[in-house]
Amino acid sequence: MFYRENGQFKTSYAADQQIFTIAQDKWFVWGLIAFAALAVPMLADEYMFRAILIPFLVLSLAALGVNLLVGYCGQITLGAGAFMAIGAYAAYNFMVRIDGMPLILAMLLGGAAAAAFGILFGIPSLRVRGLYLAVATLAAQFLCDWAFLRIGWFTNYSSSGSVSVAKLEVLGWVVDSPVEKYLFCLAFVVVFAVIAKNLTRAAIGRQWMAIRDMDVAAEVIGIRPMFAKLSAFAVSSFFVGVAGALWGFVYLGSWEPAAFSVDRSFQLLFMVIIGGMGSIMGSFFGAAFIVVLPIFLNQFLPFLGSLVGISVSTAGVSHAEFIIFGSLIIFFLIVEPHGLARLWSIAKQKLRLWPFPH
Amino acid sequence: MKFRTLALAAAIASVGLSSATFSTAAQAQAQEQFFPVLVYRTGAYAANGNPWANGYVDYLKLVNAQGGVNGVKISFEECEFGYATDRGVECYERLKGKGATVFQPLSTGVTFALTDKAPVDKIPLITAGYGRSESQDGSVFTWNFPLLGTYWVGADVAIQHVAKQLGGLDKLKGKKIALVYHDSPFGKEPIPVLQERAKMHGFDLQLLPVAHPGVEQKATWLQIRRDRPDHVLLWGWGVMNSTAIKEAQATGYPREKMLGIWWAGAEPDVKDVGAGAKGYSALALQHGAEPNSKVVKDMLAMVHDKGQGTGPKDEVGSVLYMRGLISAMLGVEGVRQAQERYGKGKVMTGEQVRWGLENLNLDQGKLDGMGFAGVMRPVQTSCTDHMGSSWVRVHTWDGSKWAFSSDWYQADDKVLRPMVLEAASKYATEKGVQRRTAEQCAQ
Repeated sequence: MFYRENGQFKTSYAADQQIFTIAQDKWFVWGLIAFAALAVPMLADEYMFRAILIPFLVLSLAALGVNLLVGYCGQITLGAGAFMAIGAYAAYNFMVRIDGMPLILAMLLGGAAAAAFGILFGIPSLRVRGLYLAVATLAAQFLCDWAFLRIGWFTNYSSSGSVSVAKLEVLGWVVDSPVEKYLFCLAFVVVFAVIAKNLTRAAIGRQWMAIRDMDVAAEVIGIRPMFAKLSAFAVSSFFVGVAGALWGFVYLGSWEPAAFSVDRSFQLLFMVIIGGMGSIMGSFFGAAFIVVLPIFLNQFLPFLGSLVGISVSTAGVSHAEFIIFGSLIIFFLIVEPHGLARLWSIAKQKLRLWPFPH
Repeated sequence: MKFRTLALAAAIASVGLSSATFSTAAQAQAQEQFFPVLVYRTGAYAANGNPWANGYVDYLKLVNAQGGVNGVKISFEECEFGYATDRGVECYERLKGKGATVFQPLSTGVTFALTDKAPVDKIPLITAGYGRSESQDGSVFTWNFPLLGTYWVGADVAIQHVAKQLGGLDKLKGKKIALVYHDSPFGKEPIPVLQERAKMHGFDLQLLPVAHPGVEQKATWLQIRRDRPDHVLLWGWGVMNSTAIKEAQATGYPREKMLGIWWAGAEPDVKDVGAGAKGYSALALQHGAEPNSKVVKDMLAMVHDKGQGTGPKDEVGSVLYMRGLISAMLGVEGVRQAQERYGKGKVMTGEQVRWGLENLNLDQGKLDGMGFAGVMRPVQTSCTDHMGSSWVRVHTWDGSKWAFSSDWYQADDKVLRPMVLEAASKYATEKGVQRRTAEQCAQ
């Protein structure tokens, strides 16, 4: 009833080429951004910001980057954690070594450094595919783990191997309260999500998808596989690198290479698979599922136990968290192998007919 | 249909979440001194994390059984983080909102992450026997308390002990000492001191990192077999320790030549190896296994015999249990000291406890009174010294239990103090922190 495009006529090409062609979609997204930027700062408390919303936003951005590569271009990667690490350490080095380096520029340069390494580690994708490529990108992970642990220059010769950033400042605005950090991350995520959405609608995104669906056919119709694949690696790594810089600078504040271990790479890949491959929205769903759900379970289970009069031990809660989390992953993969984003689009389909289904 | 059930499930979940947050807000109202407890009872380090957590929680229960801190009862809540830095930070954020007294993360990685947060939130951090070594300088690290000892103290004493075995510091010249360390900030902490000492005495320092969690050490020990260092220092935690000792056994490296840090000198590290670990020594952070001390007897009588014990009874008095117990005791004594100034029988804020920890003065009489006779030596902190004591002993595994095998050592301040000051000043310039002046200290 409410979610229908009836009566919305497009009278120009510009109107037809908008991101959201249906007015309701457009208003929904604007409303969501307004809610996140205006209402959330008033509603959420410090814990929500620092422990849930900031990591959710940063990992959404990283998942978005991985989704561009895995979901849109079909190149499986297990090196996302490494590119996050490159982004974080490169941004750190730009900050430390160049006096008066602006924060945002340092983060973008961190992303650029990650993009350069993304291209380098994307070269094997020209020859190998699928699982073999995943193994090849895993090399990036191990190389970075090794380099950031062993090469003192990257950590500015910190004796413990852990680096930390001084205060964050953007054009005189000191980003230190949780709300400010949240808004800082939100701004990054919104801008990058719009960029990602537009990239996937543009010629380059269509090339990626053609490569994903059948690379031989794509080559036959004139798409250059080298350009398409390496650009996907570069753009994806750029996103992931910026997310890594945000993770280190804004969320952790001080970090060691273990923050970007192979676990992080797997986590990001799972976000994309569970959220929905080839969907911008799916990256956010996946990040929410992986970041928020374990923390929610960890707090909800003792509460649930106290309702029925059982006190659950700390270790018990932790084990239960893993069991339930694991079962939910399997459950969602069985009922919806295309990810949570697919549920979202099914919901939209149903909403068009509601309340009078055929 | 499918969508409806999913929507229903989502709605129920969100109601559950909001009620869960409300219920936690209600708990914080009570007039109790709240101790957050960061633990890892699961994951790769659970075998070592468990006894520590049990000792910590048991001591808080013991204080309550004895009437609290001048009548103020202690409440506590555990948060499991599995030795993962990001989950540890999440736990910190979760528990700090409940009026946290003091945090003791038992993880160097989490300590590094919290060091920047503590001054903002005004909650002190106790890192008894771990954490950042330069945080001993309390005039820069106002909120950090590496009480009893840092890794630099450990490294310094380890070299002293090796030298004593050889018959003097001058005998170190030309010797080869290998450091097998956990490849993390924890394992890297001692390196600057060992390098400094290597320069002073002319021994050769070999650095052999082991990747987390430390079950894969074949390559490391092959290298040791090839190079045959005169001594091996083991800077490990959790499963890494028992693996290292097993590998030493397999490669035939004498256990008598191995010396572990105090986190590599507990029952879980050697029990599986049993007789194979005989002769292996480790530093003891003042205390060892203390089943005969008075505090342990009190614990058994007042907590465990009443069915209130957190862990198994036979673990009470073991090395890591005692470490947790002493860590909790230091936190509680910080509260007690703060009450001396800010009012007995009142709940102290984090800021007040910080003052208490900075003016801690546990003399032998007080310690003996609490049942720590023979367990530890006096601790006295000040604005410039947040460590309070640098006494260390060495204990050796005899195949079935840990027994002390050395006299007391004290870290050499002539070596460490300049390094602490330099590192702390470097931190202060990096972070834009002003070193506290004598007047600010007196406040």
